[in-house]
Amino acid sequence: MKSPGTEQNVLSRIGVLAIQGDYDAHAEALREAGAEPVLIRKPEELSSIDGLIIPGGESTTFLKFLERDGFLASLRDFVRTKPTFGTCAGCILLATEVTHPPQQSLGVLNATVERNAYGRQIDSAIQTSETQLPGGPLEMVYIRAPRIAKTGAGVTVLAQRDGFPVLVEQGHIMAATFHPELSSDRRVHQRFVDLVRTHLKQHPR
Amino acid sequence: MAEVHNGKNGHNPANSSTTLRLKVGLAEMLKGGVIMDVMNVEQARIAEEAGAVSVMALERVPAMIRAEGGVARMASPKLIKEIIDTVSIPVMAKARIGHFAEAQILQQLGVDFIDESEVLTPADEAHHIDKHAFTTPFVCGARNLGEALRRIAEGAAMIRTKGEAGTGDVVHAVQHMRQITREMRALTVLSDQELYAAAKEHQAPYELIRMVAQAGKLPVPNFSAGGIATPADAALMMQLGAEAIFVGSGIFMKERATPLDVENNPKEREEAVSRAKAIVIATTHYNDPKILAEVSEQVTGTMKGLAAAALEENQLLQTRGN
Repeated sequence: MKSPGTEQNVLSRIGVLAIQGDYDAHAEALREAGAEPVLIRKPEELSSIDGLIIPGGESTTFLKFLERDGFLASLRDFVRTKPTFGTCAGCILLATEVTHPPQQSLGVLNATVERNAYGRQIDSAIQTSETQLPGGPLEMVYIRAPRIAKTGAGVTVLAQRDGFPVLVEQGHIMAATFHPELSSDRRVHQRFVDLVRTHLKQHPR
Repeated sequence: MAEVHNGKNGHNPANSSTTLRLKVGLAEMLKGGVIMDVMNVEQARIAEEAGAVSVMALERVPAMIRAEGGVARMASPKLIKEIIDTVSIPVMAKARIGHFAEAQILQQLGVDFIDESEVLTPADEAHHIDKHAFTTPFVCGARNLGEALRRIAEGAAMIRTKGEAGTGDVVHAVQHMRQITREMRALTVLSDQELYAAAKEHQAPYELIRMVAQAGKLPVPNFSAGGIATPADAALMMQLGAEAIFVGSGIFMKERATPLDVENNPKEREEAVSRAKAIVIATTHYNDPKILAEVSEQVTGTMKGLAAAALEENQLLQTRGN
């Protein structure tokens, strides 16, 4: 039993999938947003966290890795009920449908995501534009970015690029096709940390 | 009409700070992963299937260059395009040291990262490529901190140890990684005045020396290459501070100059797959001896290798470009 009064001070433990990619940058961003980051490399480690970030990296590498040791099944269970935020490769993994080329996914974000949709590395870009987040324009770093080509029921679009969603929310799921962890602005991570806190209040450990 | 050239390398210098962030951004995405040398489409497919984060397209892997001799140049554009069309992961390719025209061609082909590499025959004995003049990011080899910082000053977005490529002997990769980390650690305790002398000693720009002294690490990702042949080698380099691993000859070579026949021989294909997968897993779980033992056991066959200590000075690749 927790003693009364400590509730609002609970430090949320948020996992960062650390198979490969810029997981350290996410861990640092989480720390700055007031959460305790935990690097996750094995399926059993999922049981100790309140939320999860699937970072940028190579989505094929993530998948090959997850296919071993029943990791994919454990992760599917996790994302169904626990707050999860996917950036870039992570966004691809969360989608219900992936194209260019098609590949399997966790199928929890009601959207179709097209891989490498903007071209190769020479087409990577940094853009600053208005979003639904308070506090003015947001810098968005795109690295060989995917595109959310289509969204379905329940998906709220928080930011767009050329008419396509780049930051979305669906219940306990958040996804971005850019890399908020590579900017110094912490509003996106803050939003996810708040989402985890709210979820934790409604569904205590 | 032709593009207006600026007289430097025939390329317009891009908006440098944004470009540099994007270049380093891609390097960030490759962290914790394995970049594999591939010589044909089938090897590229195996690498992607095994979980490589990127492939390096080249005509001959270092072990073959070493055994066969001759001038080693950029891979043919035809091969590079075939590999780009085959895999969805980023594709890298090597340009000769100082050969900015090869680099221009590689950028034109849409290669995601250019390795200005000592493994190829150098084209310029005094100058490296002005990497700021390109939109495509560059990785360069280094044996010590000064060399790493000189490459970063020229615009490299990633540093890798040189090691001794094509030997399957990890000893020089270890030496270079230890030297770079030791020299960085030493900077962190120096006073401001002492940093000027350190810049002179390392023959590197003062600004970069100061950045390393403050952060205790390079301003760009620091990967390891040169002689890494087994899952244990990969784990060793990661534990020594490497942020990702390049594997050259270690996956697809059988004898010194003979690659495994992955196109026609299912058994040899299986051997390459087992090596590739094991190194990928070992790189993620570099700190978990139980998993390292399991994956090491699954590997069938290992590149025979060449003891780096037995090489004559003039056979070393790492001394090219400084």
